[in-house]
Amino acid sequence: MKELLIRNGRVIDPASNRDSIADVFVRSGKIVAVGPNLDAAGAQVYDASGLVVAPGFIDMHVHLREPGFEYSETIETGARAAVAGGFTSICCMPNTSPVNDSATVTSYIVERARRAGAAKVHPIGAITKGSAGEELAAIGSMKQAGIVAISDDGRPVMNSRVMRRAMEYARSLNLAVIDHCEDLNLSAGGDMHEGVESTRLGLRGIPSCSEDVMVARDILLAELTGARFHVAHISTRNAVAMVAFAKSRGLAVTCEVTPHHFALTDADMPPYDSNYKMKPPLRGRCDAAAVIDGIVSGAVDAIATDHAPHPGSEKMQEFERCPFGIIGLETAIGLAIECLVHSGKITVRRLVELFTTGPARILNLHAGTLAPGAPADITILDLDRQWTYDVERSYSKSRNSPFHGRRFRGGPVATIVNGAFAWRLS
Amino acid sequence: MRPGLLGIEPLTREEIESILRRAKDFQPAGNQSFKKLDLLRGRMVVNLFFEASTRTRTSFEIAAKRLGADAISITAAGSSVSKGESLVDTLNTLAAMRPDAIIMRHSASGAPHFLARHLPIPIVNAGDGTHEHPTQALLDALTILDRRRALEGLRVAIIGDIAHSRVARSDVFLLSKFGAQIVLCGPASLLPPELARIAPGVTLTTDMKEAIRMADVIMMLRVQLERQQDAPFPTSEYFRFYGLRLEHLALAKPDAIVMHPGPINRGRELSSEVADSQRSVILNQVENGVAVRMAVLERILCA
Repeated sequence: MKELLIRNGRVIDPASNRDSIADVFVRSGKIVAVGPNLDAAGAQVYDASGLVVAPGFIDMHVHLREPGFEYSETIETGARAAVAGGFTSICCMPNTSPVNDSATVTSYIVERARRAGAAKVHPIGAITKGSAGEELAAIGSMKQAGIVAISDDGRPVMNSRVMRRAMEYARSLNLAVIDHCEDLNLSAGGDMHEGVESTRLGLRGIPSCSEDVMVARDILLAELTGARFHVAHISTRNAVAMVAFAKSRGLAVTCEVTPHHFALTDADMPPYDSNYKMKPPLRGRCDAAAVIDGIVSGAVDAIATDHAPHPGSEKMQEFERCPFGIIGLETAIGLAIECLVHSGKITVRRLVELFTTGPARILNLHAGTLAPGAPADITILDLDRQWTYDVERSYSKSRNSPFHGRRFRGGPVATIVNGAFAWRLS
Repeated sequence: MRPGLLGIEPLTREEIESILRRAKDFQPAGNQSFKKLDLLRGRMVVNLFFEASTRTRTSFEIAAKRLGADAISITAAGSSVSKGESLVDTLNTLAAMRPDAIIMRHSASGAPHFLARHLPIPIVNAGDGTHEHPTQALLDALTILDRRRALEGLRVAIIGDIAHSRVARSDVFLLSKFGAQIVLCGPASLLPPELARIAPGVTLTTDMKEAIRMADVIMMLRVQLERQQDAPFPTSEYFRFYGLRLEHLALAKPDAIVMHPGPINRGRELSSEVADSQRSVILNQVENGVAVRMAVLERILCA
């Protein structure tokens, strides 16, 4: 029986309302006990003095590109990047080829992830067949095969009637509906946030409003249907305000923020650098500040990366031809510690919530706590470790990050999945 | 590596003044035909145009040849671009033949900036998408300075499709650096409010008469229907509200000049009478284009 004792760390487990110096004892992949001075003769010992010991972090929004785009990422490389970034669980979006719109594809992903080891991978199923926005996918069968939510991420359902039907059906299955909120007519042809910077650079804009109108629509549909609705990568002031308003009315509306939307603005982009091109685009200062305020106030429930690998050849083009998206699994926690904790905006405990109980609740995951009996998925952080991100050493297959060369203070030092070290800082 | 010329925005006022001073040396006197110089003898420039162009491409070619350089012009149709080669590969291939500079026009904003990061060769931006057209702004400044002592304090109205105009952006950046008052005018969907914040001294109006009132310079822009996915204004009544006619000129300063980067569409953005009037300096702009491009090429290749 494998035993592990994580000794003397600052154990932060919001689900158990714990924030104290303690030991964590793990046996056979499960948490056995958490408390001071535990006796575990014969167990492997990890000295966590000066470190934070938290439930395994969950990234509820990644793109693993398999099946179909294995030249960008595979389930295995993505899951390895995840544990190297401090995540024990990740949820992969269905925009693969074929789209994950059937139990067959879901089962394939689950099986590939099981073989890869590393992080646990929970698939998200498509809302509509082929994510074409017309006919509902086989959502119930996919749930039986292992999906934890539905989304047509990247290809938002424009037809409000279809979205209504999806929400009704998802409600009966108790699945959250995750929407990439973008009115495709308002954003058509846009390459970056519509504002002074896009005007100066002569690039077509994606107005904040293109996100806002869809968030508004979906909140109204959630009210109509009683569905649980989750806004993916929220990025605007108005959208955050609407989610807060929906929560105040008791609706089951949640949202996530990506690290790049609170760490960067459109003005940070070196001219025409495609590693700063993503959807939603980096917004202006006012939107970025509102997103951080939403994290502080509780309007925001989770931080998720929207890890979106693209090979260098696709990003080495004219800006308007480059695909949207950046990788983010290995920089997310460092950015969150730097921009949110060290800046004094939130406590470490709140940070842990955003990466654990927040997403676990939305997705009904059996994760996000260190309570005895729970799977021993553990993330260990050093809040003061100085390090520099070198994208060339990333575990991801792709290199499209705007954070290459950035100096960080604070980040993960070990990732434990089912009681075993999946990654540790060498 | 010697720097090329990617835009007006990064240039200092002194750099612009030095180009304009040198361009004056290259203006032919009176009706003299031009004598070929040999300042750039043995140098080679490549004109790479991914968008249709007559005046700019010809102007660069003549400028290079008048300085004694060899110039080759390539248009996208008939090149390897149509065989699916990426932009960076096309440019690397050309760069391997060791020209001294590449002059390029491309429909994508920032295409020359992207290439400049990856190629060890000076790049001259001859127009990138809806971003900048730096030599056009330089020739516009030279044309104004042929008739005014300074740009400072001048009231310049730029009228038309501002949103999609690389000429407008470069002119705004240049004129602003010299303290001109710039009034941008067009229908609201071609005049995003953010334009007022891209440089100091810029105001916006949708009222053409207000824009022209007391103007020293009236710059008309072509309405670029090919850059618009769907018409953002009723095109049938464009001339009625934003077309320049003789009666408008009475609102401007008595010696105001009318400019246009070309190609002009008579009856769309300006009337035939205005285009052919004494106030029009449209052909002087074309003439000055060669002088300005000579100054730019000399600066880049003889640094």
